[in-house]
Amino acid sequence: MSKIEILVIGRHPEILETVVRLVNTNAEWNAIGAGTDEEAIALFDTLDFKLVLLGGGIEKQSEEILCAAFKAKNPDIIIVQHYGGGSGLLAAEIHEALC
Amino acid sequence: MANTILHKAETRGHANHGWLNSYHSFSFGSYYNPERMNFGALRVLNDDTVDAGMGFGKHPHDNMEIISIPLEGDLEHKDSMNNVAVIKNGDIQAMSAGTGIYHSEYNNDRDKRVKFLQIWVYPDKKNVEPRYDQITLNLEDRHNKLQQILSPNAGDEGVWIHQNAWFHLGKFDKGVNTEYALKAKGNGVYVFVLSGDVKVNDQLLHTRDGFGIWDTDQFTITADTDAEFLLMEVPMVV
Repeated sequence: MSKIEILVIGRHPEILETVVRLVNTNAEWNAIGAGTDEEAIALFDTLDFKLVLLGGGIEKQSEEILCAAFKAKNPDIIIVQHYGGGSGLLAAEIHEALC
Repeated sequence: MANTILHKAETRGHANHGWLNSYHSFSFGSYYNPERMNFGALRVLNDDTVDAGMGFGKHPHDNMEIISIPLEGDLEHKDSMNNVAVIKNGDIQAMSAGTGIYHSEYNNDRDKRVKFLQIWVYPDKKNVEPRYDQITLNLEDRHNKLQQILSPNAGDEGVWIHQNAWFHLGKFDKGVNTEYALKAKGNGVYVFVLSGDVKVNDQLLHTRDGFGIWDTDQFTITADTDAEFLLMEVPMVV
């Protein structure tokens, strides 16, 4: 069974790396991280992402640009804010988004 | 008429990692319950016990207001803003994670456990400058009265956070009661009983029960036994 592809975007490299690693501990999920808008938009075309997690530090203007770009390519994409920056809320956020 | 929700102590999520025994009032870590995601802006209420000398190694946070209240024993805090501090029973710590911070929290004692509450509240602003605060509370200020320990205002009693929230502690003798008047329209209050039995209006609560009340301007809290409790007023809409 193929994994659910999740794009994680965040400005803080170590937090981004942590979140991606944590998501990938779930055998059903595959997370890829992007630190810049350009990287995120380019990556979005490479896989059939079901979910985008927006991490910390993303400016409001960037958030609007990213959401518009993703929705234009896939109107059904789920975009959620990841709060906390670590493992505490991550699984619940993803479960809530995917159900 | 007030809306309410009751979370009995034994219905909390539970994770025992050996060195850490944690009860989760809301979904956290591997505990996921879609019925228990949050109470308004109150997202995490963890009741943690950490073994002597053990703790949470360096780990990151962002975009969350994180409050720690030691109930027994002391915690050693370190963070990426170069804060190093011991938070003792009687203290309260608040961290605005904002754009991102790292921190560690360890049991400062080598021969006894530390018990503390870890509370996360959604901020009302994203990507704020990270900050740390810690104060020592006067325990007498909560004896048979409500002691404000947290607010949105830097100049007010207690610590402050980026959210329209107020926390109070009370340590009441049996039979003592008080009215709590909510401070902001649209807020609700989550009551967490630290010890003893209390009544919120007519609802009887026991140790470690949680009770949310909203769509009301005030409520009465009465100690059915000697009791200690935490009131967390938060916006109901995040």
